[in-house]
Amino acid sequence: MYKGLTIIFGFYFLGEIAAEISNLPIPGNVLGMIFLVFALLSGVVDINDVEDEASFFVDNLSIMFIPPGVGIMLYFGLIREEVLAITAGLVLSFIITIVSTAKIVEVLR
Amino acid sequence: MNPLGIFLTISIYFVFGKIYEMKPKFYLNPVLLSIISIISVLYFGNIGYETYMESGRILSFLLGPAVVSLAIPLYRKRKVIKAYSIQISSGVISGGLIAILSAFFIVYVLGGSTDLLLSISPKSVTTPIAIGVSEQIGGIPSLTAILVIITGILGNSMGIPLLDLFGIEDKVARGLSMGVTSHGLGTAQIIKEDELSGAVSGLGMALNGIFTSLILFHLVQILMRF
Repeated sequence: MYKGLTIIFGFYFLGEIAAEISNLPIPGNVLGMIFLVFALLSGVVDINDVEDEASFFVDNLSIMFIPPGVGIMLYFGLIREEVLAITAGLVLSFIITIVSTAKIVEVLR
Repeated sequence: MNPLGIFLTISIYFVFGKIYEMKPKFYLNPVLLSIISIISVLYFGNIGYETYMESGRILSFLLGPAVVSLAIPLYRKRKVIKAYSIQISSGVISGGLIAILSAFFIVYVLGGSTDLLLSISPKSVTTPIAIGVSEQIGGIPSLTAILVIITGILGNSMGIPLLDLFGIEDKVARGLSMGVTSHGLGTAQIIKEDELSGAVSGLGMALNGIFTSLILFHLVQILMRF
């Protein structure tokens, strides 16, 4: 268990350092994910060492979005002022994006 | 540290998770219902967001290692991903652009403020990237975070029914559109349906995050001239 966690948090840390140094607008956790993919591909990290711990995090992704989601309570005023633009912008753009992206990918098959 | 935030979040999510297990309907989405319930508890209990976040922060911190962990499904599905590299790259570029442009123009047409225009543009990319990009282009990062999460909840609750409605059966198309449109929350849902879709979704999320962070600054400068 501690080996897997060391690898995951190690790559997270590595990604944060790389993001800091490189000045790229890409966040550290995404860089950490990219580094870990390459480490697995090159055989530096063995998949069996991180599989279980990584599954734990991935399986529980949803709950981690709840605390920042609750932060919406700080913006009720602004949201009330622009409720139509926000609702239409989010919902219509969501439907347009997911359906057209799926159709484009499907047509290319 | 006040354990209220973490206790509220885990216990309420546990209850709604059980309900969703028994009746998996999109309007019973446990993330959405938990957020609404927690806000109600805080509102009626006269508890501030800061107090809630004292320990609630622990859960959102775990988004870091969770995103890193998405490397594992990507690695496991590497052969399939390589085989579909053309579909994946064209899906990310077109989907990433459509997400930004559609949100921008809808808000623009409806007379939204500049703050809202800039804050909503990065709404389809994963929260940590969106916050960074929003700051870079002059939006309000915390407002962006909320818009990103609502977009994620839309995907988490309505993504699968919508893909079914439009007859999208292809697993790569389902996964990629979910990840590109609704980032981690979309991925969290589609990965339960199929591992390949989940892996492609995680990849779509990562690639769209990178793509959007590279182009949005320049794209917004062009758009704002109108």
